[in-house]
Amino acid sequence: MAELYAESRRGFALSLDDGRVERPQSGRERGACVRVVQGESTYYGYVDGLAEEDLLRVAGSVSEAVRGNARRPSALRSAESGTRHAIATPPEDVEATRKAELLRACDERARAAGAEVSQARIGYAESHRQVEIFGSDGRAAADDRTRIRLSAQVVARRDGRVETGTDTRGGHAGWELLEDDPENVADEAARRALTALDAVDAPTGRLPVVVGNGFGGVLLHEAVGHGLEADAVQKDASVYAGRIGDQLAEGFVTAYDDGSRANAWGSEGVDDEGTPTRRTTVIEEGRLTSYLYDLLRARKDGVESTGNGRRESFRHLPVPRMTNTFFAPGKATPEELIGGVERGLYAVSFGGGQVEPATGDFVFGVSEGYLIENGRVTTPVRGATLVGNGLEALRAIDGIAGDLEIATGYCGKGGQTVPAGVGQPHVRIRELTVGGTAS
Amino acid sequence: VNLEDAARRAVEAAVSAGASDADAWAEESTSRHVRVYAGEVESLSDAGGRGIGVRAFAGSRSGYAYGTDLTDEGVSELARAAREAAELADEDEHDGLPDESGSADVNGLASPEFGGWSTERKVELALAVERAARAREGVTQVENAVYADADGSVALANSRGFAATYSATQAWAYASAFAGEGADLMTGLGVAMGRDPGALDPEAIGAEAADRALALVGARQPESRRCPVILDAFVAASFIGFIGSMLSAEAVQRGRSLFAGREGDVVADPVLRLADDGTEPEGPSSAPFDGEGVPTRRNALIEDGRLLSFLHDSRTARRAGRSTTGNARRGSYRSPPTAGTTNLVVEGGDRDLAGLAAQTGDGLYVTDVAGLHSGVNPVSGTFSVGASGRLVEGGELGTPVREMTIASDLVSMLTAVRSVGSDVRWVPFGGSVKAAPLLVGEMAVSGS
Repeated sequence: MAELYAESRRGFALSLDDGRVERPQSGRERGACVRVVQGESTYYGYVDGLAEEDLLRVAGSVSEAVRGNARRPSALRSAESGTRHAIATPPEDVEATRKAELLRACDERARAAGAEVSQARIGYAESHRQVEIFGSDGRAAADDRTRIRLSAQVVARRDGRVETGTDTRGGHAGWELLEDDPENVADEAARRALTALDAVDAPTGRLPVVVGNGFGGVLLHEAVGHGLEADAVQKDASVYAGRIGDQLAEGFVTAYDDGSRANAWGSEGVDDEGTPTRRTTVIEEGRLTSYLYDLLRARKDGVESTGNGRRESFRHLPVPRMTNTFFAPGKATPEELIGGVERGLYAVSFGGGQVEPATGDFVFGVSEGYLIENGRVTTPVRGATLVGNGLEALRAIDGIAGDLEIATGYCGKGGQTVPAGVGQPHVRIRELTVGGTAS
Repeated sequence: VNLEDAARRAVEAAVSAGASDADAWAEESTSRHVRVYAGEVESLSDAGGRGIGVRAFAGSRSGYAYGTDLTDEGVSELARAAREAAELADEDEHDGLPDESGSADVNGLASPEFGGWSTERKVELALAVERAARAREGVTQVENAVYADADGSVALANSRGFAATYSATQAWAYASAFAGEGADLMTGLGVAMGRDPGALDPEAIGAEAADRALALVGARQPESRRCPVILDAFVAASFIGFIGSMLSAEAVQRGRSLFAGREGDVVADPVLRLADDGTEPEGPSSAPFDGEGVPTRRNALIEDGRLLSFLHDSRTARRAGRSTTGNARRGSYRSPPTAGTTNLVVEGGDRDLAGLAAQTGDGLYVTDVAGLHSGVNPVSGTFSVGASGRLVEGGELGTPVREMTIASDLVSMLTAVRSVGSDVRWVPFGGSVKAAPLLVGEMAVSGS
């Protein structure tokens, strides 16, 4: 199989820090990647720019590796557009000065949240990527991808104490995503920073944990999702290898990876191999039902690609990656989940997380957390870390609420960073190890 | 394409577009990446990259534009975009080109041996790494064995007449090995880097990956305790990298560093000596000039336990009433310069690992931490991160342990350093760090 991936990317970003709009920057990049797959081996090369001589040089260099297998080249079809996420107002059509004004408005809102707010950093970024993919197996697809993202990081101080709070809003969408009260991002970040000023040291030990909706889904992403990516599975580097059909969670637990979800942050029209994105049920009523595939790994398992062949840019090879991964809504309410806990932790949001797919061991830093005492959310805590194992955590889910929300994440793997939607409704885990700072 | 010429053309175009000052950073590189699995090539790449970034000033406002088109029209368009972007920024009286530019004498950035290596020999090197890891008894899988390199050049020009260029080569290889099975599967990483492939010892890389995994087989969750902790060089490098990022004047002036206002204060035990050195011949981040054309140099950061200096570019230096330390950093042509670390260098001590363990008595030896970036509060410095390693029992390495967290805060940790190990090595985590193992007097370990 031989493949050409060509890309044109434009981006614009602007930030506000310490009350000043700064670092306006725009970028325009073009390039292409030639990939040749023979047996289990992949040969690829890429060039910046789309100059014919550069492309021919890299195609020659790559195909040298598989010489002796020459076949008559067949004519390529023209690429069929796979774009399917509607963009009402392309961000590049919006005056740049309006973007600067938005940052100033967010700064004001953050500072208005309380006298203890000392710093606000607001970031705006837009990107427009056009990709075309042609394969010797007849693939000819194109996608036009627009993303927009607004983020706020707020610092609050009281006496010697300093805390930060963050929030973001983003999507595979245009300026319309920022039309309805975008300053709310600043409000939320400020609220988190101010709340943290009152936080006490987190408890230590094994406790029930209620995980918040939206960014709380990073737990599913890290603890389960990465282990379902077929490259890890096929190398036996995942605890989920050989577990298809197994009951891994209670019957009320269902989870999806859905790259077709309208205008969601991790969505595309087609993936970076030209496969249309779709919804893949990875856990159905507690049973493991599917891994996440790109073309190569799908061929090896004799299945179809699930549209998860993603790459950061033309400078990278496609590998199986999550798009938007989330637990399906359940029947409980967040209040019921919390109400059933005598003493535990309410982990609203995480600062990030990490997992070792081979063992399923994970670690998450809780950026906004509270104690649960006698069925009620009480004191905010700081410095809590959740440590556990994906399989154990899945088995220990004992309640899911109905309030599904999807948040904007960036996921790094093998040196490539791609936008990934993480999400879930409120979820309760019977028991997890909480590593705190309290002695 | 002549890079220096492209950078000059971009600067001229920015000035023609009305910029009061401008600089341009152009780079070009070729790179190889070889990944092998089970004795076969899994992927092999041949890549050529080039690009340019233009920074244009309109008085004390600046804008940036970058792209991959180095033709006359390409750089002119970028120069105009940068000049236009500058209109959006607010005034910053401290922003602007450095007052003086130049190059330091830094030797050995590009190895003359680099070009003599064929692709076949590089593939053989990656295969040898994998074989070495698989050869160790008890290794159940080698997930990755990778060889990668880059041969690149950089040119910088500005509107005050500075123009210079340099070339550098870098090669590195790593492997991740597994030992044990099922829920008891443990992983280990082996890594090495150098200016050419000949500097890499495939046997040592494979063996390190295997040994690190094997040392953890049978690991269990330990009981919670407060005890002395040895951080191995990998883990120490991650922490030192994090600390280095807080010593950038950028973080300090933005109120995002716990070291703000602490220049001259005692922040560490005197055994810990730390410098930032952009001139170390082996340093992956070494270069004759920084991201805005200021000569690089060695800056002592912590000596005699005291915090001596922050790391400045010309903007943070003007704001602080100091001189730049030559620490304007660029990730690539895609980003404008900002104050940051080059190579962080920890001065080695005199105890090997056995000596550190003997000094520890009873405690913990940490060989891996997870979640450092989410687990450290960047402002207060408190942290709680996942860890695995081995217990130190009666002065010797003992039972393997996992599923625990270690917690402290960065300044308490630095002031509690009791010994610096003698095994100094370059580690590509936390930026570029020449690290040594650290024995920390006390940390909170939470397990069961």
